[in-house]
Formats: sequence, C-alpha cells, structure tokens
Amino acid sequence: MSKSSLGLAALGVSSVLLLSACGGGGGSDSGASGSFDQGTTEVVNASEEQGGTLRYAISANIESTDPGNTYYGYVWNFSRYYARTLLTYSAEPGKTTETVPDMAAEMPKVSDDGKTYTVKLRDGITFEDGSEVTSEDIKYGIARSNYGDDALPNGPRYFKELLADSDDYEGVNANPSDPLAGFDGIETPDDTTLVFHLKKAFADFPYVLVQPQTAPVPADADKGQQYQEHVVSSGPYKFEGDWSPGNGLTLVRNEEWDPDSDPVRPALPDKITVEEGVDQNEIDQRLVNGELDVDLGGTGLGPAKKGEVLTDEEAKANADNPENGSLRYVAVNTVVEPLDNEACRQAVMYAADHNSLQRAWGGAAGGEIPNDVIPPAIAGHDPKLDLYPSEGDKGDVEKAKAKLEECGQEDGFSTNLGVRSDRPTEVAAAEALQASLDRVGIKVDIKQYPSDTFTNTQAGSPDFVHENELGLNIYGWIPDWPTGYGFLSYIAHGDNIKKAGNSNISELDDEEINEMLTDAVATEDASEQERLYQEVDRRIMETGAILPIVFEKSVLYRPESLTNVRFSAGYAMYDYMPLGTTNT
Amino acid sequence: MVTYLLRRLGAGVLLLAIVTLVTFLIFYVVPRMAGQTVQQLATMYVGKAPTEEAIQATIDRLNLDQPIALQFWEFIKGIFVGATYNFGGREVVCSAPCFGYSFQNYTEVFPEIVARLPVTFSMAIGAGVIWLVGGVSVGVISAIKKGSVFDRVSMGLALAGVSLPVFFTGLLSLAFLVHSWELFDTPRYTPFFEDPVAWATALFLPWITLAFLHAAQYARQTRAGMLETMGEDYIRTARAKGLPEWKVILKHGLRPTLTPIVTIFGLDLGLVLGGAVLTETVFSLNGIGRYAVQAIISQDLPVILGVTLFGAFFVVVANLIVDLLYAWVDPRVRVAG
Repeated sequence: MSKSSLGLAALGVSSVLLLSACGGGGGSDSGASGSFDQGTTEVVNASEEQGGTLRYAISANIESTDPGNTYYGYVWNFSRYYARTLLTYSAEPGKTTETVPDMAAEMPKVSDDGKTYTVKLRDGITFEDGSEVTSEDIKYGIARSNYGDDALPNGPRYFKELLADSDDYEGVNANPSDPLAGFDGIETPDDTTLVFHLKKAFADFPYVLVQPQTAPVPADADKGQQYQEHVVSSGPYKFEGDWSPGNGLTLVRNEEWDPDSDPVRPALPDKITVEEGVDQNEIDQRLVNGELDVDLGGTGLGPAKKGEVLTDEEAKANADNPENGSLRYVAVNTVVEPLDNEACRQAVMYAADHNSLQRAWGGAAGGEIPNDVIPPAIAGHDPKLDLYPSEGDKGDVEKAKAKLEECGQEDGFSTNLGVRSDRPTEVAAAEALQASLDRVGIKVDIKQYPSDTFTNTQAGSPDFVHENELGLNIYGWIPDWPTGYGFLSYIAHGDNIKKAGNSNISELDDEEINEMLTDAVATEDASEQERLYQEVDRRIMETGAILPIVFEKSVLYRPESLTNVRFSAGYAMYDYMPLGTTNT
Repeated sequence: MVTYLLRRLGAGVLLLAIVTLVTFLIFYVVPRMAGQTVQQLATMYVGKAPTEEAIQATIDRLNLDQPIALQFWEFIKGIFVGATYNFGGREVVCSAPCFGYSFQNYTEVFPEIVARLPVTFSMAIGAGVIWLVGGVSVGVISAIKKGSVFDRVSMGLALAGVSLPVFFTGLLSLAFLVHSWELFDTPRYTPFFEDPVAWATALFLPWITLAFLHAAQYARQTRAGMLETMGEDYIRTARAKGLPEWKVILKHGLRPTLTPIVTIFGLDLGLVLGGAVLTETVFSLNGIGRYAVQAIISQDLPVILGVTLFGAFFVVVANLIVDLLYAWVDPRVRVAG
C-alpha cells in the first residue's frame, strides 16, 4: 500500500510534467472562441443549435446522482438535467445569484410574518413514465433527505432546521403505509400547491428551495440510498440504464418532458455522457485538445495546465478567471491556548504575510488578497474594511509583537497547524504562514491529514482539535447560497459548533455575531440585512478567529466545441443547463 | 498427481483464510489500536453532515461496538450466506458471496469487482501474452546471438523496461502518441464482444506499457537460462545426433529454461489480475486497480478489504495453475507427486 501511495504521488508529479510537455495549446481545437474571462460576464458562443453529445469528465466518482443525497455544487448544478427543483439560479449574466422559478409557476408568496411560503407548480411537469409530478412527490423528496436517523446522509438538513410542526416526524421509513404522516411542516392542499410553515421568519428561504432536495421523488420508486442507481427523471434527460459509482453515466432525451413547462433548460444536446475517475491532468489536456467539453467538477484547470494556458495568448482567450465565491482561510481556534486570548489571535492576523500566502495560492490568478471574510459577490462585503493594514500586504511585525505583549506572550508561543496533505496549495500556504509567524516568535508545527477525513474527524472534530492543540487549521468555505447568512452561519455562528463535521472550526461563539446573524436573516429589508452583515464581517475580523488567505479564483476552460457558455456565481462554475456542443 | 493437486488446493484455501483474517485485522483492529474510537470509525460512513444519531445508527448497523471475533464471523458468514443491513425501516440485502457493502457508494462490493473484472482481465491477458511471447523470444535470440548488436540493444532496452515505472512510460505514451502526435485515440475500454477491434485498439497502449515493464524481466531471465542450458552436455549430444538447430534450441534448450519463467508468469499475472493500480490509473481504465485506489483515497474499508481478498484469490489461483503447469513442463514434479 505504501508502494502504491508513493507510486501515485510520483504519478501526479510525472503527469504534471509530461502532460504539460505536450500541451502548448497545440491541440486540434486550440483556436479562440471568445476573449479571456468573457464567460464570467457574458454568454460565449451563443447558439440554439440542438444535437450532439455533450461530454463531461470528472477526476473522482460522482458523489451521488441522487438529488436528495448530495452536498457538492457540481451535482446540484448537473442533477437539474434530470431532477427539476422548485427554484433555481438565473442563467442571465450579471444576475446569476438571483433565484428564479423552475417547477414553481412564479416566485413563492410570503406571508406578512415571513413564516409561511406558498409555492404553486407549473402545469405539464411529468416524470419520465408520463405520470404527473404532484406536490406530494416534492414533499416526499424533502422528507427522505431531511428526517429520521436513516435520512440520506450526504446533503444538508436545512428543511429540518427550518420547518415547523415536524420535530417528531421520524422519516419516510418509520411508517411505510403512510410515509408522510406527521410531517406537517409542508402542507399540500392540492396536487399543485405546497405551503411551507417555518418555525421563524427566514428571509433566505427561496435559496433553500433552489436545493436539489426539492426535486420530486415518486415514493414507490424510492430505494433509499440506492435510488441513485436510477433517478426517475422530471427533466429533459433520463438515465440510459443504471448508474453505479465509477462506471460513468449516460443521459438521453426524456421524451415525456414538455419544453413549454420549462423556461430554464434549452436542452440542446441529444446525449450527455460523464466519464468518471479520469486523472485531472488528463481532463485538462483533453479539454484543450477538444476531446472533452466540460470538467464536471467545475473547480478549473490544475496547476500545470493553468500556468500553460495563462501564458499562451491563443489558449488564454478560451479561459475564464472568475472569483468562485470561495474564501480560503486559516481558522484560528478560540479555545486552544494561548489563542483563546483575542490579542494573541490578533497577533497572528498582524504577523501574517498576505503577499506570500497569495503567492502560495498561485498568485493573482489563484485569488485576490482579502481584508474581510464575505466575498465580493455577496451583499455585506466591505471593500473599505482593513483592520490589519500593512505595507505591501507583508504583515506588520511591530504591531504583531505589541499584540503578543498584550496577551502575555511577549516571547511568542508554539501551536500546531492542521492542513490537508493531498492539497499542495494548502500545504504551500501552511509553509508560507509558518515562515511569516516565525518572524514574531510564533512557532508553528504543521500537521498533515487526509482531506477525506479532515472535515469529519480532524479539523471538524473539536475534541480532536483540542487534544492535538490545533490552534490553526487551513480551510475553505463556499456558501450553500450566496447571501451573508448562507456564507457566515456555518463558519461563524456559535450554534453551529458540532462534535463532528464541524465547519465552525474556529469555534467562534460570539454573542454579538450570533445575534446579528439571527436578526439579519429574519428581516426582509435588503439594506438592513446588508448593514448587519457588514457589522458581522467587521466583528469577525476583530475577533481574529478567521485569517483570510484569498478570495479564490478558478481558471475555467471552454473548448471551441462548447456553446452557450456563461459563469454562474450561484453554482460557482459554468451554468450547465444552457450548454450545447458542436461535437456530434 | 491427484494427491499433489489436493495438497496444493488445500494450501491455497488455507492461505486465503489467513489473508482474510490478517486483512480484516489490519482494517478493523489496527485503527482501534491506533486510538481511533468506534465513533470515529462510524463517522467515516455517515456523509458530510454527521449527526450524533446517524453515527450511533451506523455503529449499530455495522456492529462496530461488538467484539472483533463477532464482527469477523459476520464478515465470513456474509461471504457464504449473504448479509442484510438495516437502514431504519428499509433493508439492504448484500447477496452471497457478500464481500462487504460500501456505505460510501451504497453498492455491494462483489458485483462492483465483477463489473470491473473484464477491464482488468482484458488488460492482464493482452499484456501477459505480449510480455511472455516478446520477452521469451528476445531472451532466446539474445542468448543465441550473444554479444551481437541485437543482444546489446535488446538487453539495454530490457534494463530500461525494468527501470522505468509505468507512471513514466504510460504518461509518456499518452503525452506524445495520443495528445501530441495523435497516432492513437485516447484509450477508452470497449467490451470485446461489442467490438473486438475497438477493444484491442483501446487497450493497445496499456498493454504495451505494462508489457514493457514485465517483458524486460522475462528477456533477461530467459537469456540467462538459455546461456546456461545451451552449454550443457545433452545439448551437445542433441546436436551430435544431427537434430536441426531450431529443434535443439526450442525443444532441448528452451524447455528447461521455461520452469522459472512459468513461476514468475503465474505470480505476475495473478498480481495484475488483482489490479494493475498504476496502469489503470494512468490510462483512466475502470478496472479493479483503480477501484482499489479510489477506495484507499476515500478510506472505504469494505471495498479495500474486498479488493485485497480478490487480489489474494487471483495470486493463489495463478500459483495453483503454475503448479499444474510444472507437472507438464517438468516431468520430475509428476513423479514426485
């Protein structure tokens, strides 16, 4: 096993070297179809041409094809081919963080107290067998993914947190003869109406209705976690045969889908294929050569091809470099000594050399240096905020030392830094931080852990963090939806500190922050919300619990064959629904 | 002969039982000895939003808090009679032979291995034939033409083959033969019975890459063996009897040289059938090796355990076949048996 691991590590290095050696944009389809970064703000290669096979590939296996059992943005984006949701993100450039109706006939009607949302369905929405999609099918989909000990494990549980009158409901398996008995948080007065009753006002609720858990699931087709083998389609495409992880997926046209019922999907390709488990460097090379249309993962080119594409003018014209909505940061733990002292955390904030951290992240193409926590695309971001200024973003050693004195650690201190071993960029950032903190006497010991267990059992387990004195952890956060609450609640609200799978790795439990977040999401007034989020943003920076590294940017490549390409800030990747292909 | 066969069969079954026990202990006991709690083990199976209830439900479902002997017994029982896992009110049946159930992919391990077997099998057989025929032929010619240009060049290449790892030669062939010069299409597996030509075309580069690694060893081994054999008295006798040279070489020279070759071929083939990890990864072929790699990365213990046992099974079976072939290649084995 160790030999295999070594071999695989060497494989990664060799593949970077070799595949970059043969690139140079010299593939058969290297001509430009737009200009650099055009897809971030406009539609590139606009077309209404139907037909062809749209080819996706991904380096891992698809997490799950089940819309109720996934937490990856790329599945949320892709699953809309066969699983329609109540709302979705607008595909119009410049408005891609706004929600628009999908199965809903119009945007939900909200009651005056903000606690009841009523959604009417469009006419003509059917499953692949021709039967009509009803409000009960949607309610069932939400129930199976949120309630009971055996609820589908991968997705979030927002409905369970938010819906009223359902706390005693034990899930769809508790009472097989009437699986929805006791689930009173959603009323279905008729086949085309859903009424959601919330415990308290929650202005972001439309974003929750974007999630794939709102896709309809016929109760008699539900096979629990194995439903992923063949999801019953409500969209323009359906599974060809069954899917099992690693074996690839093929979607073909669903003849029962009615285009008149669907304003979101032009459904241009005749067929969609997904190849799983293709090496990332191989994916990048195939994209540039025109042998592939889309990297399904949506995180952009790997380091080798990224550098090559950005330095080749012709290839660069086929690339986009959007901010992907992600904040990469160091979670500074508020419990592990001596970082439980705010001044000690502020010493870390002052001492950090942001310039070297950005370089570790791949320079300007890798991301912008942030002075706050909320990314620019989200209301609440404050471009003027700069609580820890320094010349050339290289850190302020003098102020850091003063803060160390204030917290009684004038000679510095030692702490451990947790990082994901299989993410070279994060390891490089850890080393950069180690070097910059060393300037003020803060000795950092880097501890590396596998990324698959990092969130659940190491950085995401407060017990583990305390036992191993992980005062610092490098982490990243992409919001579940692009609002201040969507972004901040899981990483900064004290109520979200969990025993395992904890995203609030700093264990930040600040009364002021908690209160403002709760207030902000209860108000429908957008300007008041923005003001509160700016306050929260400032307060988080004051606590020194989050040291921002970069607002990350991706380098996405669009081959000549790809049509109707535009970046979706909602999904933080290309919007997959409008895509077409010239590949036959 | 029958006694010999039975003895070898018994040894093979015993070996498999030991491998099963050791592998089980490595994956289920060692993490506990290293300080991992039952909760931490269970957390690996409950997705990205693990609640305490879900973790406890997983512990109960997988019997993780039960004595290790009971857990092992349940595993062995599953292989012969299958197993049932309870998800609340819903039961998941893992039919016999149940080599485990992946709680990350929600699939039974055995059918997943079987589904990937044609890819690994196709690769192993094709590459095996090439490295055996190629390696032995080169070895024979090198031995006969010792010191010639052919001998020097082929032994030099053999040295390169042994030295260069698959992740170098494989990526080199992909980078130049596929992407730069476009002499081959990107390898994509097509089942043999669907389109034999596409099957062979897709696997040609992986075959050559894998064969290049192994053939070198066979060429060098054959050359050394042939040089030794061709100096024996009975070769001189055969020539003195007036036998044609090709008969002397193939019948009297090559045959005794084949005994060690058959041994290593059996082992190599068994190992490749258990998963050519690097070749499958480099060429993105969805075989058992890549299945194992993905399981290791995501720490999917039931899959790792299942693939390890399957790999061991192939090595044991290949050894058994080698033992039988011995009896054909070397008559002394038959007599001893």
